[in-house]
Amino acid sequence: MTASIPDRATAVPVLALGQTLLVSVQGELYDTLAEQLQHDITLRVADSEVSGVIIDISGVEIVDSYLGRVLAEIAAGARLMAARTVLAGMRPDVAITLVELGLTLPGLITALDVECALELLARPSAPNGSGLPERAA
Amino acid sequence: MAARDPAMTIRVPIRSDADLSWVRQQVRRRAAELAFGLVQQTKLVTAASELARNTLVYGGGGHMEITSLGHGGTDGLCLSFVDDGPGIRDVRLAMTDGYTTGDGLGLGLSGARRLVDEFTIDTEPGRGTAVTVITWAADLPVAERAVR
Repeated sequence: MTASIPDRATAVPVLALGQTLLVSVQGELYDTLAEQLQHDITLRVADSEVSGVIIDISGVEIVDSYLGRVLAEIAAGARLMAARTVLAGMRPDVAITLVELGLTLPGLITALDVECALELLARPSAPNGSGLPERAA
Repeated sequence: MAARDPAMTIRVPIRSDADLSWVRQQVRRRAAELAFGLVQQTKLVTAASELARNTLVYGGGGHMEITSLGHGGTDGLCLSFVDDGPGIRDVRLAMTDGYTTGDGLGLGLSGARRLVDEFTIDTEPGRGTAVTVITWAADLPVAERAVR
């Protein structure tokens, strides 16, 4: 017998705050759900006047190479459509694990929490296009 | 090799990505029961997630066995990921960071090895793959553990 995906796990809420999308990922993120999220965010960015995306992973207990890759691809897709992505709230044990795993996600902008991420996005992006400092003060 | 209590072994099927989630939950629960620290728990669960995904994606599915170990007063957790898939022709190459035959990042095996205390791989082309990892609850440096 194999486990089935429970109904409550069908979607990750994507909220719009002005020109920023706030995505709060909680608990277990199934592979198919992560792909669905990538699809949803990319469409939302394309569809509207979104200029920033914040992905809050403070409720995520592990990030493996698959989820790490999906997060990096979300950011890359959003950037191609002129939106900046900030990954907020990574837990310290997750950060330690990712470094040992060898996945340091160099292209991703991070912030300690959602508030810092909002501050980061409120600043104008740097002229070189890469945008932002690695971490909000 | 540390003593195993067969009664403490449970088997978890790996047939779908929902099963990967179940694997992570089982490993987290057992590691917490053995009083692993949070960082150790997260490392082991992450390693399990990588290895279970390999079992699913490259091995065509299989199962994980979780066994609690007791060794000189130290608790450990042994995880075996077993499939009957095509096996691995060149293990050394497969263990190289960034090498993949699929569309992943090539960090699964090499990364998982860095996240655990002991790592063994048993594979042969056409005869499946079994990867076994052990993490001990006491957070001792490897060198210190070796002289015990």
